[in-house]
Amino acid sequence: MTATVPVEHVIALAAALFALGVVGLLVRRNIMLMLVSLEIMLNAAGLAFVAAGARWQAPDGQVMFLVILTVAAAEVSVGLALALQIYRRFKTLDADALDEMRG
Amino acid sequence: MLDLLWLAPTLPLLGFAVLALAGARLGRTGAAAVGVGSVGLSAVVALAAGVELFQLPELSRVFTQKLWTWFDVAGLVVPFGLHLDTLSLAMIVVITFVGFLIHLYSVEYMAGDESFAKFFAYMNLFVGSMLLLVLADNLLLLYLGWEGVGACSYLLIGFWWRDPANDAAARKAFIVTRVGDAALAIALFILYRHFGTWQIQELATRATAEWAVGSRLAVWTAALLLAGAVGKSAQLPLQTWLPDAMAGPTPVSALIHAATMVTAGVYLIARTHALFELAPDVQLLVAAVGAATLLLAGFAALAQTDIKRVLAYSTISQIGYMFLALGVGAYSAALFHFFTHAFFKALLFLGAGAVILACHHEQNIFQMGGLRRRLPFVFWTFAIGGGALAGFPLVTAGFYSKEWILGQAWAFPGAGPALWAAGLAGALLTALYTTRLILIVFFGEPRTPAAASAHAPGWLITIPLAVLAVGSVATGFLEMPEWLGGASTFGNALFSVFSKTPDGPAADTEMALAALATAVCFAGIAFAYWLYGPGQALPRALASPAAAAVASFWRGGWGFDTLYRTLFVRPFVWLAALNRADAVDLIPAALAAIAGAFHRLVRLSQTGRVRWYAAVIVAGAIAILTLAVWR
Repeated sequence: MTATVPVEHVIALAAALFALGVVGLLVRRNIMLMLVSLEIMLNAAGLAFVAAGARWQAPDGQVMFLVILTVAAAEVSVGLALALQIYRRFKTLDADALDEMRG
Repeated sequence: MLDLLWLAPTLPLLGFAVLALAGARLGRTGAAAVGVGSVGLSAVVALAAGVELFQLPELSRVFTQKLWTWFDVAGLVVPFGLHLDTLSLAMIVVITFVGFLIHLYSVEYMAGDESFAKFFAYMNLFVGSMLLLVLADNLLLLYLGWEGVGACSYLLIGFWWRDPANDAAARKAFIVTRVGDAALAIALFILYRHFGTWQIQELATRATAEWAVGSRLAVWTAALLLAGAVGKSAQLPLQTWLPDAMAGPTPVSALIHAATMVTAGVYLIARTHALFELAPDVQLLVAAVGAATLLLAGFAALAQTDIKRVLAYSTISQIGYMFLALGVGAYSAALFHFFTHAFFKALLFLGAGAVILACHHEQNIFQMGGLRRRLPFVFWTFAIGGGALAGFPLVTAGFYSKEWILGQAWAFPGAGPALWAAGLAGALLTALYTTRLILIVFFGEPRTPAAASAHAPGWLITIPLAVLAVGSVATGFLEMPEWLGGASTFGNALFSVFSKTPDGPAADTEMALAALATAVCFAGIAFAYWLYGPGQALPRALASPAAAAVASFWRGGWGFDTLYRTLFVRPFVWLAALNRADAVDLIPAALAAIAGAFHRLVRLSQTGRVRWYAAVIVAGAIAILTLAVWR
């Protein structure tokens, strides 16, 4: 257990990644890049889980990471299918152009 | 077989259920088979029950069948029971037998209609309700049937609802009869309040025992029952709905507005005659209403131009005769006239339907003419029906039934001769308008191309016409005055229901009265021939403006519609318009405005932009986290 990375650093990295993802999600208008930002956010959360699991010497953190991996895979398949359909129907990937559900 | 009596109303109701649920899937043949078959089977049940009933000893020809308890709430127990005696037997035989013929006729008459199955569903529901009305052993069940036939009448008058005029006629019929229905309901409440029961037989015995003749309650109850009967039977002053009810298909007019439903008032008074005998003044009023109605409707029938409206006013007039008979206590005579009238008036309406169909749905008699040559069969059956209506002597049923009523009216002490004179004048009018109708429709030259190219009906129309024509002649021989051999089948059969039938006039007086009525009938026919026959005396007579004004007044039914519009409809509409903007409406209006304002506010957040939603979620998450950390 020499030369371990302090858990605070890992959590800080995860928070930075998460913030980057959020900002990317909010400022990007391309749906594909919004999906990429979502992936970054998911992986930031996964990293936080793994770090916490290592800190408490418990397997739960890695289990949660596997769950997030599965959810992310499902999310990406649905998201890409939606993106494909949106492009076919509207001939654009600009999220702001799609406001047909405006109240 | 009597135990199967419950099948009589059940079969048509079952037919209704089948047609209502699966009518569209049955196809036309299937729907017709169910609609006609259910009523036909019901007629078989009714006839078989009648045969069995007549095998009982004469004074105990009553059969009661308690099916189940309808409801039992806080001491109010109403059984669901049927009561068959000779009075209800006469009614159910007419309803099912004539009803069956009219259903058969409808198969051809309605053949091209888009709502074929719906028509038969309504007709079956009507027959079922009508049978329930006449078979009920208590007044509440009777009231159920009473409202059932009223609803069916509404549905069938407005059957061709795409025309707003038909819809208005249906509403008018429903609302005007409702006035009478409300009175009937109040009569029911009074009876229950005092006797704690609605069983008709028990009410009759107890009312006779407990209420003095002419006591206040007896008079009120009888008057309210009379109001109910007047509404349903289209008598003065509630007669205005029946002529408009002709907006319905012709078989409906034949079944509901001639043969059966409109005589429900006659049945009600005959059924509760014990109550009317406790209020002699009201009973005299029944006769007076009948006499006034038969005259008024007779005059109105003279001026109509629509073939069905002539017959409608004639129906009002003939029911006036029945009321006249009920008023003088001659219940059997009233029922006998109902019996014969059901045959000949159904025949006339079905004949009119055949004429209307042949002339491509033309109802104005002045657009017809000369149909005798194109439709000989319809002409002859129509002539038989018309003869019975006019009381053509010796060979028609109408002659015997009207003779009986007039004889009984003459023998009535006090107002008798006056009532008799009204009836005799009515007979003159009847002969006059019947001959006028036949002359204009069937004689002369065709006035339009449609009339000239009229096509003869098929056998589904001719068979009911033939059977009803036979009935319009043969039923009269059930009851003949003494000077003609004296058959009294009908009166004797009803003896067990109406034990006290007043004595008629002596045989020689009766013969003289009949001779006079015969002379009046012939005079009417001759006068009509002079007016409307080849001589065409009428156009010259009508040339004066006064005569034209009278004719127009009669055509409008003596201005009753205008009167009621001024007295009731206009003030009501005025009041409704006045109440349209009242203060109470502000409360719901304010609630709606507040909800609308919030809606507009919340709507702002629904931009439809997914990045906006994400930003809001992030902001929400930050807010919640901040709260969690800082607390």
